[in-house]
Amino acid sequence: MRHISSIIKEVRSEASLIRTFRLDRELNPTPGQYLMLWIRGVDEIPMSFSGPDSITVQSVGQATEALFKMGAGSSVGLRGPLGNGFVLQGKRILLIGGGVGSAPLAFLGEKARSEGMLVTSLLGFRSKDDIIFQERFEALGDVVITTDDGSSGIAGRASAGLKEFSLFDFDQIYLCGPEMMMWDVISRTREHAAKTQACINRYFKCAAGVCGSCCLDPDGIRVCLEGPVITADRLLESEFGRYRRGPTGEKGPCRG
Amino acid sequence: MPSLSIHAGGLDLANPVLLAAGILGTTGASLCRAARSGAGGVVTKSVGSTPREGHPGPCIVAVQGGLLNAMGLPNPSYRNFQEEIDAARLAGVPVIASIFGSSPAEFAQIARSLKADAFELNLSCPHAEKFGSELGRYPDMVESVTGAVKAAADVPVWVKLTPNTADILELGLAAQRGGASAVVAINTLKAMAIDIESGYPILGNRFGGLSGPAIKPVAVRCAYDLASQLEIPVIGVGGISSWEDAAEMIMAGARAVQVGTALQDGYGIFKDIASGLERYLERKSMSLEDLCGLAWRGKQH
Repeated sequence: MRHISSIIKEVRSEASLIRTFRLDRELNPTPGQYLMLWIRGVDEIPMSFSGPDSITVQSVGQATEALFKMGAGSSVGLRGPLGNGFVLQGKRILLIGGGVGSAPLAFLGEKARSEGMLVTSLLGFRSKDDIIFQERFEALGDVVITTDDGSSGIAGRASAGLKEFSLFDFDQIYLCGPEMMMWDVISRTREHAAKTQACINRYFKCAAGVCGSCCLDPDGIRVCLEGPVITADRLLESEFGRYRRGPTGEKGPCRG
Repeated sequence: MPSLSIHAGGLDLANPVLLAAGILGTTGASLCRAARSGAGGVVTKSVGSTPREGHPGPCIVAVQGGLLNAMGLPNPSYRNFQEEIDAARLAGVPVIASIFGSSPAEFAQIARSLKADAFELNLSCPHAEKFGSELGRYPDMVESVTGAVKAAADVPVWVKLTPNTADILELGLAAQRGGASAVVAINTLKAMAIDIESGYPILGNRFGGLSGPAIKPVAVRCAYDLASQLEIPVIGVGGISSWEDAAEMIMAGARAVQVGTALQDGYGIFKDIASGLERYLERKSMSLEDLCGLAWRGKQH
């Protein structure tokens, strides 16, 4: 896919290190899809859509720091939407988000609601100051919040909120967040793995399914092209939650 | 159906359609997937002596007729790569380890330390300082690197050549003198693309290598020149995306072909090419051997 140029129309702060960047064009993405954002002269990084024309970014490194210096009117390069995205199914759905990983789920939830589905959300954050999109989720239906430090909602990780629900009530579960948070959820909810769609992250280099840097063991799933949304039953039998390869291709521990 | 099995470059291949270096070759799992999808052999991502993260992004640009890339030889070093080769070998097809270094001794050290079915020497990557074509454009260096690896390894040694040279035949002859079992032609053509909105070169490395259908006629010419002059076999690579392309490359004189950029359309490409070749040979009542070098008819040597 060719690179195109886009102007940032608006920048909004969501939490201390999280900002939403609204772009000057709608790329018609499916929630769960991503774009490759080119900060000219710095790097190109994958970012999930948090709305039809927006991305929500946590500042974690050189490229995102450079992006945070940009305001409305700045120009970025991009290619996308890329990857497969979430598939909406059933009547009642549960969204389980962790940190900035909640962003694509807010976009998904809004699409589900507009199609008449009943949407429930379970969202985990580090503390009350890190909560994002609370109003967006509350407009969709019931919301349970957890914080690691107990400053808001239930104390603990997102999985601590699972006891608030019977997962059998939901036709489909959608998951996005740090890898160990997602692993924590799917390893505790194995009987629901076939109806759980997780949006995962690996090191993307080409984002075109050819370089091989994001392939998942043991089946060689190309996460950039055949993901980033993968059902939990496939993840349970993969490297997910155990190790991941970095920029050199060497195996390392999972973060988060 | 006519047989597609062939002996090429010291390896017995069930079919002549191989996975090219640098494509889906970082993990044993993805190499296995290529093998199980019908590749007659698989070449790994190039590995060197120290871990490298590669160039900053963008690493790939879609251009008319192909892809422009500058990955920058990311690799975990040969010390962390044997397990990927071992996993790949479980699929039952030859696994060719692509290796790179900055000197004959560095190449030899890697070849001594890795176990694979063959080595492919990356003397042709066009966008990594001190490596690839920076050595591979000098015939003397091609000969001495090939000789050093040949002395260090007890498996066939293939040499992948750069087209970014005035005379690729000189490089092929040098590889042959050094004791190569085959030459692989061609690697990507040095190229660049500029973002006209900003004036920035798009690739993080500013320039890179062009692959895909745009370079196929160049690759066919290189294979033709090399195969008609060398005694060792030529493995043809560059823009092959269909059985027709493979047939053309084999007619130019290639004993086998490698597929890279076309994998962006999926792993089905291996079976598509192999079954297309089979039907073609049956229709023509020819063997793969008959096809090889057919384009030389009437050429004055």
